[in-house]
Amino acid sequence: MTDTASGEGRHGALPALLWKIVKILASVALTFLGLLLVTFLIGRVVPVDPVLAVVGDRASQSVYDRVFIELGLDKPLYEQFWIYLQKILSGDLGTSFLTKKPIVEDIARVFPATLELATVAILIGTIFGIPLGVLAAVRQGKLSDQIVRVVGLIGYSAPIFWLGLLGLLIFYARLHWVAGPGRIDISYEYSITPRTGLMLWDSAMQGQWDAFRNAFSHIILPAALLGYYSLAYISRMTRSFMLAELAQEYIITARVKGVAEWRIIWVHALRNAAVPLVTVVALSYAGLLEGSVLTETVFAWPGLGQYLTNSLQNADMNAVLGGTLVIGAIFVGLNLLSDLLYTLLDPRVRRR
Amino acid sequence: MTLLAVENLTVTFPSRQGPQSVVRNVSFTLGRERLGIVGESGSGKSQTGRALLGLTPTSGLATADRMEFDGIDLRAASPAQWRKLRGARMSMVMQDPKFSLNPVMTIGRQLAEAARRVASGSADARDRAVAMLEAVQIRDPARVMAAYPHELSGGMGQRAMIAMMLITEPDLLIADEPTSALDVTVQIEVLRILDDLVTSRGMGLIFISHDLQLVSSFCDRVLVMYAGRVVEELRAADLAQAQHPYTRGLMGCLPRIDGDQRPLPTLQRDEAWAR
Amino acid sequence: MSTREWLLTEQPASRRQARLGQTYRTWLAFTHNRLAMVGLGIVLVLVVVAVLAPWLAPYDPIVGGSLRTERLLAPSWQHLMGTDDQARDILSRIIHGSRITLLVVALVAVIATPIGLLVGTTAGYYGGWVDTVLMRITDIFLAFPRLILALAFVAALGPGIENAIIAIAITSWPPYARLARAETLTIRTADHIDAIRLQGAHSARIIWGHVVPLCLSSVIVRVTLDMAGIILTAAGLGFLGLGAQPPQPEWGAMIAGGRRFILDHWWVATMPGLAIFVVSLGFNFLGDGLRDVLDPKAHK
Repeated sequence: MTDTASGEGRHGALPALLWKIVKILASVALTFLGLLLVTFLIGRVVPVDPVLAVVGDRASQSVYDRVFIELGLDKPLYEQFWIYLQKILSGDLGTSFLTKKPIVEDIARVFPATLELATVAILIGTIFGIPLGVLAAVRQGKLSDQIVRVVGLIGYSAPIFWLGLLGLLIFYARLHWVAGPGRIDISYEYSITPRTGLMLWDSAMQGQWDAFRNAFSHIILPAALLGYYSLAYISRMTRSFMLAELAQEYIITARVKGVAEWRIIWVHALRNAAVPLVTVVALSYAGLLEGSVLTETVFAWPGLGQYLTNSLQNADMNAVLGGTLVIGAIFVGLNLLSDLLYTLLDPRVRRR
Repeated sequence: MTLLAVENLTVTFPSRQGPQSVVRNVSFTLGRERLGIVGESGSGKSQTGRALLGLTPTSGLATADRMEFDGIDLRAASPAQWRKLRGARMSMVMQDPKFSLNPVMTIGRQLAEAARRVASGSADARDRAVAMLEAVQIRDPARVMAAYPHELSGGMGQRAMIAMMLITEPDLLIADEPTSALDVTVQIEVLRILDDLVTSRGMGLIFISHDLQLVSSFCDRVLVMYAGRVVEELRAADLAQAQHPYTRGLMGCLPRIDGDQRPLPTLQRDEAWAR
Repeated sequence: MSTREWLLTEQPASRRQARLGQTYRTWLAFTHNRLAMVGLGIVLVLVVVAVLAPWLAPYDPIVGGSLRTERLLAPSWQHLMGTDDQARDILSRIIHGSRITLLVVALVAVIATPIGLLVGTTAGYYGGWVDTVLMRITDIFLAFPRLILALAFVAALGPGIENAIIAIAITSWPPYARLARAETLTIRTADHIDAIRLQGAHSARIIWGHVVPLCLSSVIVRVTLDMAGIILTAAGLGFLGLGAQPPQPEWGAMIAGGRRFILDHWWVATMPGLAIFVVSLGFNFLGDGLRDVLDPKAHK
């Protein structure tokens, strides 16, 4: 910690906010370098021979040796890492063994499906989670607090792939309330021109409301299940932030002023709790990427998670590491975003 | 004319050893005058103030044989009645503006929120807020209105707090250690502003402090509290004739410019006074 | 004076009495938390079932009955949870599967806790560049979602229950390291640590002998809170075919096996999921109660 303190002293001439942003970015760059190192090292301990993955197991010894050198496997490890680093930074994640296409292309194709699923899920989680957390805090120790707590703990405890299967069994197969696996029925699949790759968005923009309704009935079940997980986390954190804020003196001030109770809760306390809540929402958005791997498998959702599991089951190591890296990078990006939002929301940080 | 009448006010909190009373059978009446409540920390003086505003924490319980504000029985007041009274007719200035102002709202919004109780519209509320900031001798009200609490010094913050609490022209103000968190140089200034406003508006004031000298120079009457009880009540002018050993002890602890006090006196406490 | 009075006295005569009294009061508060007691009950049942599995299970978990007559039977008095596509009794498989679950939880805790403690206390004790480097590494591990990183590790190491345990352990230690570091920072400057240092004790000795024991309790609470997450991650790996391999009765893999039959034979996938759910709910109730009791800030 001493070096950062003296660093601030040296750069005292720089505006403090700019310096703060530079520091955040430097730390992000360092973390990203670490991500690359981890995926690189995992790639090196794989029992799968990377040369065989390229040439196939019927290639002659001379071809094998040539590829061995082409891949730089004769060089020392740090040099290999340097080569790997250059490749990644130039946007080359390698070629998928399974699809024979560049992995970057593959990921760009499947990513919108995951983005759409995660976004609908986080909306559900936030819209229900925050009010539930506020309710639990205001009625601390009462029955409604207990119910919110148990609802949250159940969300923490049920395996999502199991809930997904049960959901399909009940709401799709038995009750016919929602559509089955996949993003949209085949009959609509080619009527929408993919612009953003987000089905709901594209169909709405093109005025195809039948397709929109169909896509919605496909997404609602997996999104609600994923959303339940973020709801569990968000409502719990909202509760504890609200309890902390409601115990502050400025709440008494507001009461002394005769401010209505709803205003004290939803304007005074929640506005303060919102500052750390932004981080919580960003983190659970990132956590949804994790949940999506299992959910997409159950719902045959053609997104990043399914791509990852498909590659895993086919020992397509390049694709697995590429996908892992992308998810790690998104995770870091969301952390960065939450830091920046925090700075924007909290006047104490903003104007310092 | 009696503004506030309190008989046998008791505030009780649960604890591991059973209920503990932090305020015990406190009785007094208040007109449009300045009453000081003095005691060391834990003597129950702050909880007395909170109970008068119906702000005893939910874990505690406040009871009284009589608690009337301007003829209204406060013991039977509904939450809606309390909201009508608080802010509009009785209000409170707390110790430290660092904690008692909402950190993510501008001073202007917080003032306007209080002013809206009496203002005809949001423009009127704003005008009243600016006028009130001028009344607490803030030279640049526009800048302070746009500022967040952390951008103000302690003295400025406390003036804004006083402005916020007086903007509705209440009949009763409770000031709970309003200057103890401020620098000594600012204390006098803030007190003078408070005193001027209270006197010119003819309000009742309850001034809570641990500082006997400050209270006696500032108030008409003084209640001395020890362990939740009022041990002595006297006119500020008669302080020299104080009977109770605790009051005399408090006076003895004051540093004097003339004459060396060695050894420094320590405050005598006696279980019996609390009975 | 009864034992109870002795424990609850306000004036303990010895340090041992004070500590025992504190423990007893914590226990009393804990027993008043109904959910926590339910959680404790579930966890105890899990342990008993795992220990007594061969005696409790009515059928063999690996070898099924007749494929012609006993395949995919619905729950009945013969087979309380029905049978799967290999004509195996699902209840027996779940009972034996509890051993795998318990093994995963125990091994992950045994591997990840020391790593987290070592990294965290070392970083906190030495400070400076050691701290910077170690915490940077910790942050990098925290930058991956846990399941994703475990997936990548298992992909590299090859599927199997041992590799799944290693992968989960590797992804579990960073939060413990952070916690241990934070605790160490508050302990480091304590007078009695200074005193030991002045006596010329070696740094490694101070860390293991004096700092680690003080961090241990909070880290253990954190590990308990994590147990449900560990169980879910292991089940997720099993579901994806990367954890325990067939015919091992691992609950996640059993769900994957029953997935094909979900529409017509719902019990095959539902029952093992129920087992995972109940056990992780038990750990969550327990951990939640522990946190309430041990963290006075969260409590009221």
